[in-house]
Amino acid sequence: MARKNPTNPPAESKKVEELMTGTTVFNIPLPADLKALKGMSPIVIKQPYHIDYIHSYGQDSPFFAGLSNGKLLGTMCGKCKYTYATPRLACAQCGRETKWVEIPQSGRVHTFTTCYFGGEEFLKETPFHLILVEFEGVDTLFLSRLIGPVGPEDIRIGMKVKAKFRRNSQLKPTDVYFVPSE
Amino acid sequence: MVSGGVSKFAKARPDATFQKIVKESFDYAMNDVPKLKHSRIDGSVVSYFSDHFTRQLMAGIMATDYLGLCPKPNKRVEGGGATGGLCFQAGWEAVASGRMNVCVAFGFETMSHVPTWKGNEFIALASDVNFDYPVGGFYSGYYAMMVNRHMHEFGTTVEQLAMVSVKNHMNAYGNPYAQKRRKLTIADVRNSTMVAYPLTLLDICVMSDGAATCILADEETAFKLTDHPVKITGVGTGTDMMRMADRPHGEVILAPNEKKSDYRNLKYPGVHSFRAGRSAGLQAYKMAGITDPLKQLDFIELHDAYTSSEIQTYEDLALCKYGDGGKFVEAGCPFMPQIDYGMKLPMKGTLPVNPSGGLIACGHPVGATGLMQAVFAFWQIQGSIKKHYGNGELQLKKADRGLIHSHAGTGTYVTVSIMERGW
Ligand SMILES: [Zn+2]
Repeated sequence: MARKNPTNPPAESKKVEELMTGTTVFNIPLPADLKALKGMSPIVIKQPYHIDYIHSYGQDSPFFAGLSNGKLLGTMCGKCKYTYATPRLACAQCGRETKWVEIPQSGRVHTFTTCYFGGEEFLKETPFHLILVEFEGVDTLFLSRLIGPVGPEDIRIGMKVKAKFRRNSQLKPTDVYFVPSE
Repeated sequence: MVSGGVSKFAKARPDATFQKIVKESFDYAMNDVPKLKHSRIDGSVVSYFSDHFTRQLMAGIMATDYLGLCPKPNKRVEGGGATGGLCFQAGWEAVASGRMNVCVAFGFETMSHVPTWKGNEFIALASDVNFDYPVGGFYSGYYAMMVNRHMHEFGTTVEQLAMVSVKNHMNAYGNPYAQKRRKLTIADVRNSTMVAYPLTLLDICVMSDGAATCILADEETAFKLTDHPVKITGVGTGTDMMRMADRPHGEVILAPNEKKSDYRNLKYPGVHSFRAGRSAGLQAYKMAGITDPLKQLDFIELHDAYTSSEIQTYEDLALCKYGDGGKFVEAGCPFMPQIDYGMKLPMKGTLPVNPSGGLIACGHPVGATGLMQAVFAFWQIQGSIKKHYGNGELQLKKADRGLIHSHAGTGTYVTVSIMERGW
């Protein structure tokens, strides 16, 4: 805490304030012979780490606006006509800038898995199915969740699926998900 | 390469900070080449994958100063799972360019500082955070999708995947540095906890704390330091697009022992194959003069983060045709000739893969892994496995030429280096 008269503080104010946060240790007795310190157990403390990133979707932003309008937006190269289901604004084939196009809302399961574990953020959602979707006339795939089937035995490669959109957009790629359509 | 050393890979090393773990591997390597004075080291390269795991930026220089290698040149090299392999090649570049006569390449990772599922979250941040990570970012899930497609395309079976796990865990039995040394059966692997269908807990490598060091020197210096140096005769590095969904479906990049007609209906690489691995392999083969890897290599240490990726990698490295990886393991080709696996393996020992136990059994302290492979390969070629492991069980009779393979992301960076008997 700031004290008055900072130019000439009293002697006792030079002490570090005693805190009762984080790790509290009352005493770790030291041996008389300091050589014995090599045998000491490690001291392990907890260090919290939390950050809120200010993340911009940048040039990919229209894709997320598309989801909130119930549309799947991909990109297409004007020169080589290569079409990307997951948008990228520079064509990986020829380097040209691509243009936004609407891609079909139904496709097929190119491959799949069922995740029984996951990164900490998604653990509470397990088990969930991940699929890569292939679309007619589109050159690349799209990663999404498949909702509906119970286990992996209910999913097969080539299975027809269609896009569904969350009513309340979270502006995340999970605003779209797929369900079986056969 | 004149020497190498590793720390014992462990689930957690609360007794030491990363600097001390690095020092253990460095001291081991220095002690194995007593003629090398510390002052003759010209510089170093260091690798670790994740600042998230370390929670210490510029950890590289902190390890470097702990080793007493200041004020000499140093830089950090990073490329996901291939970080160690890239570091090894950066060390080779420093020597091959003439910039250094003696270069130390060392790497580490301390992954125990966060719980396993937080660790998985950190690793998943190595996927596109706009489109991939938020959908349920999980590397085991990504690899499971790849192998499901591999199985669909080529008929690969889960039992074939399990055979890789049995092999690598059993090999590690003879390797005291390995984290997991277990005798397993195919049924054990299949009955283990399902993580991401069809991959079980025993199909997947584990997180580790560990470090590895390689000491590299030019030819003239090498022979002054040791009678048994190992020569690096080929290097290759391949890359691919971060998002698996973006991988092309085009034509196979052919190896010298393949023809276009081998792959009439195959769309390549899709999500079943690693174009970066094929590209890295072909570069290294060309440089080392290898046209028939199955015949011209004596063993391989490859990046088996998943049993499935070991099978995929057999194909990328042209040990067999694309699609035949499952049959390759089923026939016994990548097994060690001298070890009893409790299975019938008609072609056992054709080309042993992961004699050390690989990542699945040794552990995967990311920044150290590619260097660990170099150290194990170095000892194998030197014929010094018995000296370093304390038993000669894993020493191959003929180990004159080996290949090491380091792999990142869903196949985004892959390095391949060829190591040969140099004396
Ligand atoms: Zn284009």
